[in-house]
Amino acid sequence: MGKILTVGIAQTALVLGLIYALVALSLFISFSILNICDLSTDGCYTLGCAVGAMVTISGHPILAIPAAMFAGVCSGFITAILQTHFGVQSILAGIIVNTGLYTVNLGVMGFSSNVSLFGSDTIFDMFKRLFPTKEAKSWSTVILLLLILLIVCLLIHWFMSTRLGLSIRATGDSPAMVRASSINPAFTIIVGLCVSNSLTGLAGCLVGQYNGNCDINLGTGMVTVALASLIIGEMFFKGKGILLRTFGVVLGSCLYRFIMSLALRLNVPTEAFKLVSALIVAIAIAAPAAKNMILLHFQKKKQLEKHRDLTAAKQGGDR
Amino acid sequence: MLEIRHVSKTFHPGTVNEKVALDDVNLVLEDGDFATIVGSNGAGKSTLFNAIAGSFYPDAGNILLNGKEITFVREHQRSVSIGRLFQDPLMGTAPHMTIEENLAIAYLRASQKHTTIFSRISKKEKKLFREQLALLDMGLEDRMNNPVGLLSGGQRQALTLLMATMVTPEILLLDEHTAALDPATADKVLNLTKQIVDERKITCLMVTHNMNQALELGNRTLMMNAGHIVYDVKGEERSKLSVEDLLQRFAEGAGEALNNDRVLLSAGQK
Repeated sequence: MGKILTVGIAQTALVLGLIYALVALSLFISFSILNICDLSTDGCYTLGCAVGAMVTISGHPILAIPAAMFAGVCSGFITAILQTHFGVQSILAGIIVNTGLYTVNLGVMGFSSNVSLFGSDTIFDMFKRLFPTKEAKSWSTVILLLLILLIVCLLIHWFMSTRLGLSIRATGDSPAMVRASSINPAFTIIVGLCVSNSLTGLAGCLVGQYNGNCDINLGTGMVTVALASLIIGEMFFKGKGILLRTFGVVLGSCLYRFIMSLALRLNVPTEAFKLVSALIVAIAIAAPAAKNMILLHFQKKKQLEKHRDLTAAKQGGDR
Repeated sequence: MLEIRHVSKTFHPGTVNEKVALDDVNLVLEDGDFATIVGSNGAGKSTLFNAIAGSFYPDAGNILLNGKEITFVREHQRSVSIGRLFQDPLMGTAPHMTIEENLAIAYLRASQKHTTIFSRISKKEKKLFREQLALLDMGLEDRMNNPVGLLSGGQRQALTLLMATMVTPEILLLDEHTAALDPATADKVLNLTKQIVDERKITCLMVTHNMNQALELGNRTLMMNAGHIVYDVKGEERSKLSVEDLLQRFAEGAGEALNNDRVLLSAGQK
């Protein structure tokens, strides 16, 4: 048990945590800011991966990034327009798009359920070549991802303080006020979901290039994982500014990955993985309420004891 | 000038829940008119406001604002020239955003054309917001970066009033905006309302259940019942009117004894 965390495992956890952080940031925009539960995440993530993989295979690993992000934007646009213009409930709109995307994803991958990037140059390979020593090369992936996330976090921070960003935040916070302030909520929801899904597409593209393959079932359960990361991450900087909160989300995603790799090292069988992941989500969401319950219990006990002491003293005085 | 011509609206037509909320309503509000509206619950006051603000489109009739036909203009588009306050102080502001950010969103109505959507709040605007907040005399100008959710109901309603009037609207709709506040705060918000409306000569419609307010505020009193405007009084006739007369009218207009507790209770208050 001496070596629960080796450097290699920590690195892998960090890389996955950073990539999934992009999906968590996507949900940060749709779920935390716009207050919309976007369940198309699973399909959109695979879409990003599929589009990214196909472009990478054709020899353009860098072009794969904007292509995958644009695919995400399209998916988000459809999810958004279903709810803003056609009265489909937001959860339902996500599920519909998610279902449809399965076929679309298969189509993108040439109607095969698995595509391998073996032999294709990826952005991670390209970035690695910039480093001279072997030691530095091993950290190149982490460094590249950290750079990407820093840029994404700064962009979100900048965007959310522009007039459009403020309008998007207000749409999620107080719909009545938005309508009374000459903002079209349909427009802000569409923009918000497009931005959010472009991040999901980006994450899919990166994970495809990192794993060296794309599988049709890659995205299954993604929304749960991202939601868990988001909720863990939102606990760090409650009520703070957008920039700190996005950092919190990245931190939350990495933490989630570390817990998962610890579970793996403690010989939890692979079949139990979904249960472990569900447990982490449940615990993360339930933790604040559980904390309050415990605090209330102690407060009650204290107050009752005080009351008992007081009545005892009074009775003593009466005698 | 607001003109409402033969506007009708029926909710859930053809079902058991069918409700004629507005029935051939006609109303002309001159520039600078400040009219109060009384009427029992379900008389159509809020429906009239929603029709003016564009929350739904009427089944029949036209609505004109300063000569512009706005009957089918979408809600967010017409809100450029319509200010609106709700009874619930929590509705008019975004609780998780700062005072400054809330004001910036309200100020979008002024700056829609000549600034890009990617611009940020400028120093000049911050100064303007500060000055405007100082007018409320609630110390809010020193709390510009606090989330609005931390403010009291009265402060939030005062802020909403400021947001609705910062860019002078062509018409201001007040839907019982002081009803949820404690008496002292309600007075303060009401005085602010009077002050702002008088200073800028804003055309204003205000729903109230307080009969004293209905007669004292503004220059005109309207009474609604069952989707009609049943009584419209201004000038000398209005100034001679007492609360008792108004209650009497209320009973006549309704064709039945008054059964609205809130109106009866508020009639006793001063």
